[in-house]
Amino acid sequence: MKQALQRIIALAIKELLAVLKDKKSRIVLVVPPILQLMVFGYAATFDLNDIPIAVYNEDRSAPSRELVARVVGSPNFDLYGYLDHEGQIEPLINNKEVLMVLHLGSNFSADLHSGRSAEAQVIIDGRNSNTALLLLGYLRSIVSDFNQQWAEDKGLPVPPATVRVRPWFNSNLVSRWFIVPGIVGLLTLVITTIVTSLSVAREREAGTFDQLLVTPMRPFEILIGKAFPGILIGTVEGSFILFMAVFWFDVPFRGDLGALYVGMLLFILSAVGIGLMISSLAVTQQQGMLGAFLFLVPAVILSGFATPIANMPEVVQTLTYINPLRYFLIILRGVFLEGDNFDLLLPYYWPMVIIALVTLSFAGWLFRHRIN
Amino acid sequence: MSMNINGATRMRVRAMVRKESLQILRDPSSIAIAFIMPLVLLLLFGYGVSLDARHIRLALVVEQPDANTASLTGAFQQSEYFDPVSYRHINQAEKALVAHDVDGIVWLRSNFSDRLLAEADAVIGVFVNGIDANQARITQGYIEGVWQVWLMSYAQEQGREAEVPVELEPRIWFNPAVRSRDFLVPGLIAVIMTLTGAMLTSMVVAREWERGTMEALMVTPIRIREITVGKLLPYFLLGMGGMLMSVAMALWLFEVPLRGSFLALIAASALYMLVALAMGLLISTVARSQFVAGQIALVATFLPAFILSGFIFQIGSMPEAVQVITHVVPARYFVAMLQTLFMAGDIWPVLLANSGALLLIMVILFGVARRKSRKRLD
Repeated sequence: MKQALQRIIALAIKELLAVLKDKKSRIVLVVPPILQLMVFGYAATFDLNDIPIAVYNEDRSAPSRELVARVVGSPNFDLYGYLDHEGQIEPLINNKEVLMVLHLGSNFSADLHSGRSAEAQVIIDGRNSNTALLLLGYLRSIVSDFNQQWAEDKGLPVPPATVRVRPWFNSNLVSRWFIVPGIVGLLTLVITTIVTSLSVAREREAGTFDQLLVTPMRPFEILIGKAFPGILIGTVEGSFILFMAVFWFDVPFRGDLGALYVGMLLFILSAVGIGLMISSLAVTQQQGMLGAFLFLVPAVILSGFATPIANMPEVVQTLTYINPLRYFLIILRGVFLEGDNFDLLLPYYWPMVIIALVTLSFAGWLFRHRIN
Repeated sequence: MSMNINGATRMRVRAMVRKESLQILRDPSSIAIAFIMPLVLLLLFGYGVSLDARHIRLALVVEQPDANTASLTGAFQQSEYFDPVSYRHINQAEKALVAHDVDGIVWLRSNFSDRLLAEADAVIGVFVNGIDANQARITQGYIEGVWQVWLMSYAQEQGREAEVPVELEPRIWFNPAVRSRDFLVPGLIAVIMTLTGAMLTSMVVAREWERGTMEALMVTPIRIREITVGKLLPYFLLGMGGMLMSVAMALWLFEVPLRGSFLALIAASALYMLVALAMGLLISTVARSQFVAGQIALVATFLPAFILSGFIFQIGSMPEAVQVITHVVPARYFVAMLQTLFMAGDIWPVLLANSGALLLIMVILFGVARRKSRKRLD
């Protein structure tokens, strides 16, 4: 038993050195995650600020100017300029100079005063349909405020019922609170998979893996030794990114840190399992790298990181159940924003336990059974 | 004399192309990268990535059901966006919201109808799960849409005109049905092609360095430029094949309209494929080991193409410093061209500006790659 432990420790140290001894590999493990965290943390947001818009106001009366002032004054929009004829609209939108043009016709105020609905035409660049919908949403609430004010000022009947929306957990709907916890999961996955996915393939290519197999080490011991660098590096970098999410990006942390770490450990174990499995299946490092890519790319895109799983077709939704990032993202966002504890997260822990067990045992089995 | 040099160059390049093509055929992993990878990824993402919220699970809590509340809940049930579930008490609905069983709650209190009849501002209480801020905003928009339609019909029932002072007339150009797939699929093609192109060259050249065969190649009369051309040509053709397949899938499988010309699309794609290959070449020249090359390829291509290209997140809304960084992400220019070509047409100012940027990046990438490989020869 003591000997086995010694053997595992020796292998673990050797594996760690294999990853860290080369200066270039050390740099790729440390610098890109930090850069990515900083850049993506700021870049990945659905919130729209300073969207360039143009205004074509044919009416030029007090009420139309009041509406235009409300639109232009919004922090979401940035005025590109006022237009004087309709022909200017098309090139501006086509060439992406502006994403939206507000057009008020010459009878705008006449309609408004006479009690007919005054039409406010808005032309939106639909090349990004999500942005188009959000822009329309911002504009709707401005117009709705304007309508309410107008009705009150003129003593017109106000709507008999109104909607009062209160978003839970993120009352100002800050997109960053959703994305930054996601980045913790995303980068932890990338680092852990990359560290492990080449560990066996590298030795197979060099022929030293066969030597390892004829030592007294059992496959189980080799497995632990090979898993060690991924677990260590994944945990250290994951913790650092977590720290930055709380103290740099100011995402509120409302839940139980212990519950989050249980999730992180299980997540890293499943990522290590998948990485080692890929590595054991590969004959060359190129295949190992390719395998890691082919796992990482779908794992990121089909995790709910940016686009909701609920919007996917049933078949694809079913597929996401084998994606450990899916569960870890729920845990991260749950602990950060919803204040979740261990009990509430139980349904998301055990699928990762299964993924880790299956992939790790399969990887261990492959050590001996894949000798060509 | 010059004829001779040209002839020799042509011969060496041809030999190099032949060697590289044989290698591609012998190790099917390059063919897998060029065709299987785009096929699988585009299938998966084309169907999987969508921002159109449908079937939003909505809890309806009506404390005192009557004709007025029935007409309002009926409006929610008829909406294509919602899958409503009824709850008796707000407590149960709140529990369902916490447990992620529903995404939002619409709550009509017991005094709803009384206040409605008294025109005393009856409140429709709405809670949405705000964790995914984007989806929450979209859900909120849909709920407000249902409310406005209901207000109109309610006013008509009362025999009143339901004129709002200002009515918005939205015209969403290029995508009137606001289908997110129409802009996501062209963006995905850019992401996938970045990956394919960079992967193809980065791993292949790094392997040659790692095995020491690059040095062997260096001592032959072949020049660096000839090696580059000879290596890139087969992979360029391979990558363009994958690109054509992706475009075909976009058009016929995902039914994205192609409003620009096919020729412009091919020209833009060829230009971008060269940039992606150049990225891979530079990465492999700098890295010289497959581990580092693969790492850099992932970090420098896939994630920036996904997050910094404007494919999904609007570049104009990013902080200034990040916007500056996006200018060195080649995918940014290709995404802009693809979205314009597919959805808007041949809009030359957009196409020319972005092609110019890509051309510049390509020249720089090849230039640096060449310097790096010459310097390290000895």
